[in-house]
Amino acid sequence: MDVFLQQLINGLVSGSIYAIVALGYTLVYGILRLINFAHGEIVMIGAMIALTIIGLLGDSGLPGVAIIGLGLLGAIPCCMLIGYLIERIAYRPLRHAPSLTPLITAIGVSIVLQNLAMIVWGKEYVSFPPLIEMQYFPIAEASINNVQIFIVMVSTLMMVGLNYLVNNTKLGNAMRATSQNAEVAGLMGVNVNTIISLTFVIGSALAAVAGIMVTAYYGLAHYDMGFMLGLKAFTAAVLGGIGNLRGAMFGGILLGIIESMGAGYLGTLTNGVFGSNYQDVFAFFTLIGVLIFKPSGLLGKAGSERP
Amino acid sequence: MNTKYAYLLLTLASAGSIHQQAVAADLVIKIGSAAPLTGPQALGGKDNENAVKLAVEEMNAAGVTIGKQKAKIELLSEDDQADPRAATIVAQKFVDQQINGVVGHLNSGASIPASKIYSDAGIVQISPSSTAIAYTAQGYKTAFRLMANDGQQGLALANYATKVLKAKTIAIIDDRTAYGQGLADEFDKDVKAAGATVVAREYTNDKAVDFTAIITSIKGKKPDVVFYAGMSPQAGPMMRQIVGLQLKAQFLSADGAKTPEFLKLAGGAAEGAIASSPGVVLEQTPAGKAFVAKFEKKFGKIQNYAPYAYEAAITMVEAMKAAGSADPKKYQPFLAKINRVGVIGAIAFDAKGDIKSGAVTIYQVKKGNWVAIPSK
Repeated sequence: MDVFLQQLINGLVSGSIYAIVALGYTLVYGILRLINFAHGEIVMIGAMIALTIIGLLGDSGLPGVAIIGLGLLGAIPCCMLIGYLIERIAYRPLRHAPSLTPLITAIGVSIVLQNLAMIVWGKEYVSFPPLIEMQYFPIAEASINNVQIFIVMVSTLMMVGLNYLVNNTKLGNAMRATSQNAEVAGLMGVNVNTIISLTFVIGSALAAVAGIMVTAYYGLAHYDMGFMLGLKAFTAAVLGGIGNLRGAMFGGILLGIIESMGAGYLGTLTNGVFGSNYQDVFAFFTLIGVLIFKPSGLLGKAGSERP
Repeated sequence: MNTKYAYLLLTLASAGSIHQQAVAADLVIKIGSAAPLTGPQALGGKDNENAVKLAVEEMNAAGVTIGKQKAKIELLSEDDQADPRAATIVAQKFVDQQINGVVGHLNSGASIPASKIYSDAGIVQISPSSTAIAYTAQGYKTAFRLMANDGQQGLALANYATKVLKAKTIAIIDDRTAYGQGLADEFDKDVKAAGATVVAREYTNDKAVDFTAIITSIKGKKPDVVFYAGMSPQAGPMMRQIVGLQLKAQFLSADGAKTPEFLKLAGGAAEGAIASSPGVVLEQTPAGKAFVAKFEKKFGKIQNYAPYAYEAAITMVEAMKAAGSADPKKYQPFLAKINRVGVIGAIAFDAKGDIKSGAVTIYQVKKGNWVAIPSK
């Protein structure tokens, strides 16, 4: 039982990270019907910028939490700017092009960002300095540490905040209108270009936070870390129903738990035939399963796709 | 996407390179260095490349004479991305360039597929760091290595775990590469023979960063020792997560993790970790000390395999001198019989091409540094 509970906690933590990244995919998809494959790279850049700032402030004598906070404060605006620029330079000129064109462009942007990061930060792993003293809190027979609590809390906060923003504010109203029909929304006085830019900026801010959570949790950052994370988050978004905010959150957390349980128990259940080496396979196995049986995702509405 | 693009470039590059005959009066000896220069293991690969570069520069500066003809050594360096497929492309490129010998590859997973291509072309290959038993077990006359293989290392680690640490229950994790899997299998076999129980056998891959699921599952089985067979980009975060999840077992690993990079990535969690490394403690011999000093002055801290890559290049040229020829087919028998002392100790090969009497040293992280500890 203690193992089960611990796996659930592990899954919840990695799932929270997937959820935040998945929100970025789903936000952009909801409005532009574009799968922004460069989103994973923004997570990576957020992590790298934060680590650079943390590295610079390492000897300043400030408390660890303050240094991380400053890293966050530095990374968020930088990522917002990069998100804005990507949309402005790479995607906006292609807005009326066939849908395959921006998709290929997105993959191109992803490669460009990855290589830029390799040039700027090098090919080596960048490590997260031990700034936070680990503290453990027992839950029944399992335990959760302060970094894990921080990740789950911040993710929940951001999910609630984003949900409020999209469903209860004027900006959210404009976003939803643009999502349903950009032309008509434009005729009703919504500045479609601004809304699209803002969507990218919000998604990138979420990515920056996710980037810091990933480095704080795993202790390292690397120029190609965004690729696999992006792929998993994309899977989570599709799992929950891409374009659907709550679906992305649900899909992310579900995926984290499926992976964790799968890797933890499959070996025992199949008597060693399949083992923990299939951990990554679960993400994609789940994706295929959902695409076959419920193509619109678990929370997606069938036929909600714009014709 | 990235890798595919690189393959394409490599293929084009190899197609475009027409056999170049040396026109210079001096004999030109082309030595290839094959190691990952991009990707997660780039740091170790660069280390090997630098070491071969250092050896070549030194030998050229001292002057090389092969069969009464003055010779100049040229280094051709290629990136195999630690990838078996890229390694075969690199090997084919070297064959097309009519290279005289190869120092490489770094990873067993790369050395093994490449060794067939070298063997077919009759080109001598000395791997500084591939330790999988399979590499020299294929029976290729051209395949040599300077490092104790996984059989020797696995046995030393198993002895350490069962005799010194007195472990009764052991969990094993490997990264499913030729190196990790081979070493884990050897260790598994040897600890069982010594009477210990393997309570968990878990797997990951050489790109993973999240090990919480397998660590939690292992924690439930309460082992005395957790053994990881893999490289430091995984061992570092794994160590952090072991501490983070309060798994209280001795962490044991091998040469792939016995690096400064592991210390950096594991942060404070590295303290107390134990890892083996084939070979002698460089700092304990004058020649070894001198090598560390000159290498670090030029390229910075040695990651792991630099002294082996350095000696591989020198040993290869020594065999050429003895044979009076840089033709791999002519100097191969002389290399097989070589007997010299380098910075890594005595260098001589057995019938398979493995280094004879490959030493294995055990290290532990103490106050943030790897320190050699008694292995008995």
